[in-house]
Amino acid sequence: MDGSEIISSIKKILPDFSALLAAQDYPDEISIKVTPRIFKDTALALHKILPSPVMMLFAVDQRKLSGVFTVNAVFVHLRQKQWIILNMDIAQESPYFDSLAKNIHSAALFEREIWEMFGIAPKGNPDLRRMNLHNEVWPEGNFPLRKDFKKNTSGNLSDYKFNSVVGTGIFEVPVGPVHAGIIGPGHFRFSVAGEPIVNLEIRLGFTHRGVEKLFEGKSPPEALALAECVCGDSSFAYSVAFAMAAEKIAGIAVSEKAVYLRGIFLELERIYNHVNDISGIATDVGFSFPAAYAALIKEAILQLNDALTASRYLKRVNVIGGVLIDIDAAKKAILLDSLKRIKKDFQELVRMLNSSVSFMDRVDHTGVLIRKTAADLGVVGLIARASGIPTDLRRYFSVIHKQAKFKMMTQECGDVLSRLELRFSEFVESCRLIEEFATKLSGSPEVKVNPVLKPASALGYAEGCRGPVLCWLKTDAQGFIDRCKIVDPSSHNWQALAYAVLGNIIPDFPVCNKSFNLSYPGNDL
Amino acid sequence: MIYILKNRILKGIVTKHIEPGLVKTVESAGWELKSLIQERFGRSLSIRQVDTGSCGACQSEIIAANNPLYDLQRFGISFVASPRHADALLVTGCVSKNMLIALKKTYAAMPEPKFVITCGDCAFDGGGFKDSYYICEEVKNILPVALHIPGCPPRPLEIIQVLLRFLRKME
Repeated sequence: MDGSEIISSIKKILPDFSALLAAQDYPDEISIKVTPRIFKDTALALHKILPSPVMMLFAVDQRKLSGVFTVNAVFVHLRQKQWIILNMDIAQESPYFDSLAKNIHSAALFEREIWEMFGIAPKGNPDLRRMNLHNEVWPEGNFPLRKDFKKNTSGNLSDYKFNSVVGTGIFEVPVGPVHAGIIGPGHFRFSVAGEPIVNLEIRLGFTHRGVEKLFEGKSPPEALALAECVCGDSSFAYSVAFAMAAEKIAGIAVSEKAVYLRGIFLELERIYNHVNDISGIATDVGFSFPAAYAALIKEAILQLNDALTASRYLKRVNVIGGVLIDIDAAKKAILLDSLKRIKKDFQELVRMLNSSVSFMDRVDHTGVLIRKTAADLGVVGLIARASGIPTDLRRYFSVIHKQAKFKMMTQECGDVLSRLELRFSEFVESCRLIEEFATKLSGSPEVKVNPVLKPASALGYAEGCRGPVLCWLKTDAQGFIDRCKIVDPSSHNWQALAYAVLGNIIPDFPVCNKSFNLSYPGNDL
Repeated sequence: MIYILKNRILKGIVTKHIEPGLVKTVESAGWELKSLIQERFGRSLSIRQVDTGSCGACQSEIIAANNPLYDLQRFGISFVASPRHADALLVTGCVSKNMLIALKKTYAAMPEPKFVITCGDCAFDGGGFKDSYYICEEVKNILPVALHIPGCPPRPLEIIQVLLRFLRKME
């Protein structure tokens, strides 16, 4: 399906639809520009046709150049391997647009973000509380992502209003931001009636560092190091997504070997995170031996990363145009040999967990996220697959995965056990992929350089351990970054956790939370 | 149960399985650390970790320092769930405006005597984030920092070695 086909299918729903501009910017990217008047209807039509949640929704400040704010909504057409970027210009004199939130839930949080960062109001959004710029410390009326923003802020501070549940016997239990474990900060407010949770409100943003603003004005190669530090346990996925966007703009096609190397490192990142989550799930039900056993497997994978790349978290491996670190015959032997031992240990770990009835009792039917809720919320990545939604960028967008006959794993129940078993099967599949990719390595991973010196934009993406990591990049005429929008899969999925825990007891919250294993820094940016 | 017993016996003491050189370093650093802690802190040093805006890699390495291979706890260093139980506060990440109050409150909740350790380059001077509109001063200008563990992120062994060097010098 190319641009014209998309437009004709939109016309079936909206007979008088007309686009200001429709272009196939890249082989996997279609952009459609419409007037603000029909933006909402077009977005709803795309949401229905594709079908796709709102994968990204963000603003760009172009007032200096053309006197407008641009708002982009990104949808994905998985079967046709296309990203569809719907955009409109909003005049700076009237900074508002019609909200999508009441029709598409996945747009709601993005709109709140546009409001707090740009001061562009989504008209009709029922909840415009701030997320990352906390009311208690950040005065009203300061919009940091506007180009004319000044660092010294002024204005009134206020308080954050939590949704409250009232009634006889309802208790509120506030937890965080500082938690009991070695973990990131977030605030969880439980409302309980007796034992079961009747409402959970999650307040995040505690690790907000203003990442997107920091990208602005940097050159893409310089900004890659920053991209790696956005979310420490997905640093390779971030660097791949960022590099891909920059490569699309510069017109670089990376060498085949670099594609395979990236494939291998992405899978290595996935398996250490998966085994870490399995360890966490075992810890949170008090099953300490398998937890320690899994921690050893994670350590073995980190040491393997270290042996291959001199970085345990695969930092400084990827660059724009290719991969700096080669896997030669000697390293390949280390890789395959370590992987063999890791696989054997993992098999034992799975057997230990599966054979414990009391463990199964804790995870089976705990924290259920049904498919309907997951689809309505626009959940992505591993959490969506555990609830039966077939979505995985590797399956649809990656050629090397297709050649390797990649099998997308899904589960049906959406409980902690499903998410656990999905990690089991994905771990095994990832190990197979690494072995498969390792046989394909040949030639040299030359790094191609082609400096970007033009105003352009492109979307980069990678399937990280949690789901799709997206990075939309726009450069100015000198090739510096004008805007970089990052979307971590966690920002789609945090809301789903609040639904999954309903009806469970607070002592089961840690295991539900760990089975989601969402990122704080990736969400807060 | 049978699998747990089997694996327990098969795995044995894990520190033997990994690179002998590494194990030796961990052991010698660790036991010296333990004797120092015995002497200076009355058997154990309790640490409370707070993340004020890190990317999560430092936490991952601190957790790794507690895994069966490095097993910091056997040397008398334990990570505790409450600041009320802690001798030291371990801060990771640059300080986001949103975490400033929580950081100060956590420090205030700790009993005297207490000291602060920072872990990772971001906690030292803000790292790559220091120019951001949302980052407060460095931790050392907010709380009295006694020790910094450098790295992005520091490896588990480095965490142990830096702690050791520090305790050697401590009066």
